Amino acid sequence: MNEVVRTPFDIKDYLRLELMPHFMCPGCGHGIALRALLWAVHELGLDKNKLAVVSGIGCSGRVGAYIDANTYHTTHGRPLAFATGLKLARPDLHVVVITGDGDCLAIGGNHLIHACRRNLDLTCLMLNNEIYGMTGGQVSPTTSIDRLTTTTPHGNAEPTFDACTLAEAAGASFVGREVTRQAPALKNLIRAAIAHEGFSFVEAISDCTEIYGRKNDLGESPEMILSQKSEMRPGAHADAVDEPFRPHRLNTGILAERDRPEYGRVYRQRAAIERDRERR
Amino acid sequence: MSSSLASLPGNRACALGALAAGCRFFAGYPITPSSEIAEQLSRELPRVDGVFIQMEDEIGSLAAVIGASLGGAKAMTATSGPGFSLMQENLGYAAMTETPCVIVNVMRGGPSTGMPTRPAQGDIMQARWGTHGDHPIIVVTPASVQEIYMETIRAFNLAEEFRTPVVVLYDETVAHLIESIEIPAAPTIVTVDRKWAAGTEREFAPYAETDDLVPFMPRPGEGLRAHVTGLTHMADGFPTQKPELASRALQRILDKIERHRERIESFETLGTEDADVVIVAIGIVARAARRAVQDLRAEGIKAGLLRPVTLWPFPEAAVRAAATRARRVLVPEMNAGQLVLEVERLAGARGKVVGLNRIDGEPITPAQIVAKTRELVADE
Repeated sequence: MNEVVRTPFDIKDYLRLELMPHFMCPGCGHGIALRALLWAVHELGLDKNKLAVVSGIGCSGRVGAYIDANTYHTTHGRPLAFATGLKLARPDLHVVVITGDGDCLAIGGNHLIHACRRNLDLTCLMLNNEIYGMTGGQVSPTTSIDRLTTTTPHGNAEPTFDACTLAEAAGASFVGREVTRQAPALKNLIRAAIAHEGFSFVEAISDCTEIYGRKNDLGESPEMILSQKSEMRPGAHADAVDEPFRPHRLNTGILAERDRPEYGRVYRQRAAIERDRERR
Repeated sequence: MSSSLASLPGNRACALGALAAGCRFFAGYPITPSSEIAEQLSRELPRVDGVFIQMEDEIGSLAAVIGASLGGAKAMTATSGPGFSLMQENLGYAAMTETPCVIVNVMRGGPSTGMPTRPAQGDIMQARWGTHGDHPIIVVTPASVQEIYMETIRAFNLAEEFRTPVVVLYDETVAHLIESIEIPAAPTIVTVDRKWAAGTEREFAPYAETDDLVPFMPRPGEGLRAHVTGLTHMADGFPTQKPELASRALQRILDKIERHRERIESFETLGTEDADVVIVAIGIVARAARRAVQDLRAEGIKAGLLRPVTLWPFPEAAVRAAATRARRVLVPEMNAGQLVLEVERLAGARGKVVGLNRIDGEPITPAQIVAKTRELVADE
């Protein structure tokens, strides 16, 4: 599945066009992330019938339904746990999880760290827009310090999670981050993540223009996207972990890649040994 | 091949029943007094090409079970009260998405951490109404080790046939009771598989209404690329908030169980035909009641027993019939009074139905039931 397909990518081949127009707000970065995912799927030459997309709740959770594949819109914070069962029962499927910063890091944080530890062959694409958009703009674990949200009317006082550092520390064998501003780079990262055998975690920096941007005077969509470009560079700012604002402390690109035994393979090998022993 | 005899505890019978039913996936989290089921299946499942996984919590456990079932595996989890509470949201998801799965809840004393090693029957209503919203559910409640084996098989069959979560509900006493049971020869065990959708057509509607109200299930990877969501959805699987469609979608999954009530219901009666006092009880309490009925009849009191084996849907017609003939109805249960509410609803006249409750972590004895029945008879 690492063969790069050279036929032109047409996103319409991978969408459920009958569901258009989509629900996303003007300026939302999630559509770019969706495009990058489908572009990666195309380049890898994956069979849509063998692609399973599992999502949780929130704006990120609604993205999966537009994909012409086997799509599962599950419960809040639990898509990784659903995906774990699906992948273990059906190792022949390519299982991609689409989740958000609230879904993955707050309510689903426990499932994330254990999915990283277990290293089952799943790809987790976390769309980080720093906000609970679907519920109207409440603070999330990645909302930058001092930002205004509907539940931090006096400015956010909580430090943020660095999701990639968390995933790496928990054992994910592939970790990367990219901005939606750099769609081709995001596509390449997702492609590498899906091709990787083991648990891969990709954080896509997305933008919520309508709610978060407006509330914090971050400008219109072009300004928000351009700020991603100017403030994020691969490998930059490695030491600046205490910086309060997101753009100054996040590196992009592949941040961790290591060989660890893939859980499903290990489990099946042990089971085969046990069955042999039984037969003897 | 013939059947075999085995002496084993209830939880082990549950694991063996699951394997016989075709269970090939288990996800769970350790909790007393159900852990032996997980331990047993962690040994056995790899031997039959199945998968066992211990998840990070009970929420993830049922999520993984549903994920495996969506992938095509017969899947189950086992837990006790606190874990069952954590599973409620995903149990609703299974009901809404019509994903077959089996959830074993070995009841212990509650609420909260309660008495982990003590039996109770405090989850009767939680098993029916634990998840939010109106939802269909099937709950079976075995009373012996033999019945745990058989009812676990039936739970899988019902889950597959009606595409719904099925709860196997029993208490710590039967979970750890060791009894001799007859294990049927494998070829004689009837197992049911869900109705798989065939074909690859683009217009496939995964929740299209069928005559039996149970839709055909798409198996991922074979060409039907369906959408599954816990949002209220139309026949095509995609969300809707149109009142008429929303109401129809929910009504169908409720009717799905109601229409097949006769196939799902199961109960046992003893002497209810001529009983002056009918005892309605489940699980280990029903076994005490069976003894009590014999003792009472020996001393001339016409007692009878009605024991729901399928707890939900509740055997309404049977309870109504038995209660109509009897002068009094006694409902002994190891909680502060749950089953009695359902019996009162059906048995009519106020004061006719009386509870006998125990919430101290000890089982109700035959002697207690005998004494209470004598009281009821003397009152008249």
